[in-house]
Amino acid sequence: MAEAFQFELVSPERLLLSEEATQVVVPGSEGEFGVMAGHAPMMSTLRPGVLRVSRPSASEEAFFVRGGFAEAGPKGLTVLAELAVPMADLKADDIARQIREAEEDVADASDDASRMRAQIALDHLREMEQAVGSN
Amino acid sequence: MPSLKELRNRIASVKATQKITKAMQMVAAAKLRRAQEAAEAARPYAERMEAVLANLATAFEGRDDAPLLLAGNGKDDVHLLVVATAERGLCGGFNASIAKLARERAKTLLAAGKTVKILCVGKKGFDSLKRDLGKHIVKTIELRHVKRVAFENADEIGILVRQMFDDGEFDVCTLFYSRFRSVISQVPTAQQLIPATFENAEAELPEGNEAVYEYEPDEGEILAELLPRNISVQIFRGLLENAASEQGARMSAMDNATRNAGEMIDKLTLSYNRQRQAQITKELIEIISGAEAL
Repeated sequence: MAEAFQFELVSPERLLLSEEATQVVVPGSEGEFGVMAGHAPMMSTLRPGVLRVSRPSASEEAFFVRGGFAEAGPKGLTVLAELAVPMADLKADDIARQIREAEEDVADASDDASRMRAQIALDHLREMEQAVGSN
Repeated sequence: MPSLKELRNRIASVKATQKITKAMQMVAAAKLRRAQEAAEAARPYAERMEAVLANLATAFEGRDDAPLLLAGNGKDDVHLLVVATAERGLCGGFNASIAKLARERAKTLLAAGKTVKILCVGKKGFDSLKRDLGKHIVKTIELRHVKRVAFENADEIGILVRQMFDDGEFDVCTLFYSRFRSVISQVPTAQQLIPATFENAEAELPEGNEAVYEYEPDEGEILAELLPRNISVQIFRGLLENAASEQGARMSAMDNATRNAGEMIDKLTLSYNRQRQAQITKELIEIISGAEAL
């Protein structure tokens, strides 16, 4: 049994997770990396992707994260993500529908500012779709 | 001396007002709890962010290649004041005190020969500032349709501010909001966003820690990515603190109003009863003196 360490997942709105974990796989901007107890102190930015947490009870949970950074230190691992959603809440067909709507928004946008906003929303959804698809 | 009927009407009207203020107080109390929870839930993120940035920033102190958002662009001529207030009134001195702080800052800056630009977030701040500083207001963002402030709302403002900075429209940016201390105490606060300052970041990381950290990608890139994000995060925190403060201020203002209405009702009822009694006495005297005359 691997040793457990303290793991926190924080989004701007709230603290999503604060518990013991045996292993966390973080989608770092320069590649995925796994963190286990006693990891060397490091800091990395995130790319949009799936973060996997393994608990001491052997159960696993996955989150879609976007934007932010992970900090591994003597106290454990802290992930600050601008957006963090449990993968269980993401449904492929829901996202596909939202993507279609977003594409319409982009097409219908009347000025540059709103088109840009719609495009950003669309890109975010696409990233999400990719993460769900590869899961 | 008002007549009995007038007094009765006044009592009824004050009672109706009291009912409204009482209801508003209870609504504010319920909203306050939610707003306070939201503000507290957002704290860990903003605090970690600040601690990490403060840590990274020390590595760049005095270096020429420090990002502009951290070091500023070397000028101090054009100031952008982001004034965050509420969308609604009836919350005591809440809006007025934020506007006052911003106005004082704007006046000092103008007196020093600087250019001032104001970005209003919330209608009440705009209403209050437009009278004497109207020509300095560059934009007003209304959050009236927003029930609960989400990170996206703050991010939109953050993106706008960053864009203005990149376009060279201002040199220094300060955010004005009200820090929530307790229900009866909200402190209007000015926080400098650009160049970034970390005065309230606690040095919670153990000493010498920065030396052992490994950065991926390197410090510069992390800093370049986090600094813009930090602006949105700080604005978000400001908005949440503001939301909690607004409800707190409204709650105590409405509590006062309810109490005042109660006192007024007591006073009016007293004079109503006195007058009624005086009238009865007068009528009795008339009857008795009439009977004696017979």
